This record gives sequence, structure tokens and C-alpha cells, in this order.
Amino acid sequence: MVVIGGSGTGKSVLLKCILGLMPADSGSIQVDGEEVVGARTAALDRIRLKFGMLFQGAALFDSLPVWENVAFGLLARRQLGRAEARERALAVLARVGLGAEVLDLYPAELSGGMQKRVGLARAIATEPEILFFDEPTTGLDPIMADVINELVRRSVRKLGATAVSITHDMASVRKIADRVAMLYDGVIIWEGSIEEIDHSGNPYVDQFIHGRAEGPIRVLQMLPAD
Amino acid sequence: MNPLAATGRATLTVSQTVGEIAFFALDGMFRGLRGPWYPRQILRQMIEIGYYSLPVVGLTAIFTGMVLALQSYTGFSRFEAPGAIPTIVVLSMTRELGPVLAGLMVAGRVGAAMAAELGTMRVTEQIDALLTLATDPLRYLVFPRLVAGLLMLPLLVLVADVIGVMGGYLVSVYKLGFGPIEYINRTFDHLEVQDVVSGLVKAAVFGFIVALMGCYMGYHSRGGAQGVGAATTRAVVTASILILTADYMLTEIFFSR
Repeated sequence: MVVIGGSGTGKSVLLKCILGLMPADSGSIQVDGEEVVGARTAALDRIRLKFGMLFQGAALFDSLPVWENVAFGLLARRQLGRAEARERALAVLARVGLGAEVLDLYPAELSGGMQKRVGLARAIATEPEILFFDEPTTGLDPIMADVINELVRRSVRKLGATAVSITHDMASVRKIADRVAMLYDGVIIWEGSIEEIDHSGNPYVDQFIHGRAEGPIRVLQMLPAD
Repeated sequence: MNPLAATGRATLTVSQTVGEIAFFALDGMFRGLRGPWYPRQILRQMIEIGYYSLPVVGLTAIFTGMVLALQSYTGFSRFEAPGAIPTIVVLSMTRELGPVLAGLMVAGRVGAAMAAELGTMRVTEQIDALLTLATDPLRYLVFPRLVAGLLMLPLLVLVADVIGVMGGYLVSVYKLGFGPIEYINRTFDHLEVQDVVSGLVKAAVFGFIVALMGCYMGYHSRGGAQGVGAATTRAVVTASILILTADYMLTEIFFSR
């Protein structure tokens, strides 16, 4: 599922509320039938074990080298010793197209694209059931963006995971989406399959996916007449 | 605005903040003690606070000791009591100046660093990332820092006490004409266990305060680089004020009869 919408419509908030990172004002959020809103910390911790998330800026831990970032979830669950974890990190990094030379580098020494890939590796290392992607291609050059799209698709397929991605990059949407939902002003105004998106019959959706400044979504009060 | 309402609002805000900080401290300590431990993080923080603060604390201590000797000499000559200098130096250092000055120096150095580090982690979503990776930020980030502050500042103050006495020694022996053995003996003549212990207890409390304010302000930063900068300043300022306040209260507890 890919959720699209303009800046400030609440896309990031959506993901954070589902994970319990932000408190919801009202309503109900359930993961596999378990209520998230108002849940106790212990329950939230348990629910979060099912997730892997790629943050918008990758959110890598600056004080740890790449391998320890990637293996962080595994080490946190106390499933492996440090040497084993490093080996596993190497294997996961290979899946995102990075080699052994990055293992001991620190996040600050990586380019934006590499950071995103390390972030993705970290998210998939624990083989989660549910994957979240917060604007995975934002800020990347077109080639790197497509690389990320490809990696996202492959990872989701390989893990058989439920995946929710939020983005405003339509190229990314067309590449990775099965279903699409559009958020406008905090409300989901349309939902359908990726095939249906071009014939949605919804003027807001049309304006967004074709990138027009004019339409029902008003950003500029009035375009100057010249 | 109605001045009464303004005062009321300010009071309520301060009370709320004090409450939040208190809960934060209790939460951090209880969860940390109970839950999974992160020994590497604890060790890292202890080295960061204990080892890397040594130069700053050492320099502070030696100059303080030297100044104390000089000031007491010029001041106390008026009373014809220069023999009291070693005692003044050692009691001032162990009871007051060791813990307070070390505490303030460490507040500036370590408190600021903690606020900046946690603040940057907060605004780059690293703290959220920790939560998605089955790790409690209070246990992983905050508890190690609180423990390190609590344990390391007393050690630093012990070192500061020794170096401070040495500073007093240098000035007294080489500038003021004291005999070296006489100086050392006089230092211990009127020194009681309580003097040193009260200083170390103060140091533990101050260390905890510094770590707490650094962690709290950093953890709750908002809004990018400016927010982190503001948090860093606040951490140092509030820690410093709290150190001075706690200093008075602890002195009361230890020494009033």
C-alpha cells in the first residue's frame, strides 16, 4: 500500500501513530487485532517487534559503525553474538548492493543513497512481517531513486511482508505500489489499486498524480495573471 | 496580560516541568535497573565522563588550590594566622570547591554534550528508530548516562581534592615559605572523614543532576538545529543552578547542628 498526499497532510503522522510513536487523539488502530491506541509500553514493544521501518533521513545511529547499525535489531533481541551479527550484517548489506568495505564506516562517511540503503538493510535485517517506508526516494537522484524502488520491491517480495510506503514521488508510486490511498487534509479521500489510479474520477487525485498547480487542491491563493 | 495570571501561569509551568523531570528521572532509573542492561553503553559513558573530564577538572582544581593558598595568606596575615592555610585549602576543596567547581565544569562539558547528542538523535528520528528496533531509549541512552554521572563525579572530585591540595602546597612551599612536611602534616591535622565524604556525596548528587538535565533537555528537543542549541544551553544553565541549590541543601544536612 502506498499512501500519497501533499506535504503536511499527515502521512508521516499516520505511520508514527500506527507504531505508537505519536499518541493518537482519538479512534482505534489495530495491528493483527491488537489495539495500539492507549496500549501499555510492554504491549507496544511486543507489537513493534513485527515491524521494520525505513525513516526519511535513514535515522542511522551516528555513534555506531554501519555493521552495528544493520545488526542493531538482531543484537537488541539478543538473538546473536557480536561476531555472528557482523556476518549477518554483511549478508544483508549484500542484498542492498553494498559490500564489505562499508562495514566499519560510520554513517557520516556515507552518501545519501548509501545511507538509505543501510537504513533499508537495518529495517529488513530482522525479517519483519510489516515494513514501513517514510518517503524512501525523497532527496535522491533519479537513478538512485530507482535503485531504492527496486530494492524496496525486492525486499517486500522476498520477505512476503505487508508494506506501507508514504511518498509524493509518483515515479516511485508507479513502481512499487499494489494499492494506493490518497491523504488530503488529514482524511483518506481515495483508495484503489495502482491500475485504477489513472481513472479515479477524483479531481484531487488527478491533480496530484499529474502534478498540476491548478485544481481543487489550493496551495497558491491565486496565480498571477501574467 | 493580568500580572496575577502571568505569575500563576509561570508557577504552573515550572511545577509541571519539575514534575516531568522528576518522572523522567524515576522512569529512567527504575526501568534501567529492572530491564535489560547495556553494559557497553554504561562503560562508554563512564569513560566519557570520568576519563575525558580529567583535564578540565584537574586544571580547575590546581588553580583553585593555588588561589586559595594565596588568598588565605594575604587575608589571614591580617589575623596573624598563616598556619591555618593548609587547613583552609583542604577543607575548602573537599567540602565545597572540589564538588561545586568540578560539578559546574562537568555540567558545561558533559551536560552540554549529552543534550546535544540526545537532541540531535531526537530531531533526526534516531530515538524513534530505537523504538522500532525493540530498544527502549530510556534504558539504552538515559540510564547509562545517569549511572555514569552518579558514579564518575565522586571519582573526579577525589582527584580534584588531591590536585587542589597540591596546588595549595606549591604556592605555600615555593612562594610563601612554608616547610613542605609541615604543610602536609597540617593538611591532615584537622581533616575529618566527614569533610571528604560530604564532598563525595555532593559530587554524586551533582553528577546525577548534570546527567539528568542533559538527558532530559536533549530527549525533549524539538524543531531542528535551533531546538538542539536551545536544549544544550538550557541543560547547562539549569544544571548549574540546581547544583548551587543542592549544594546549600546538602551542606545544611551535613553540617548544621
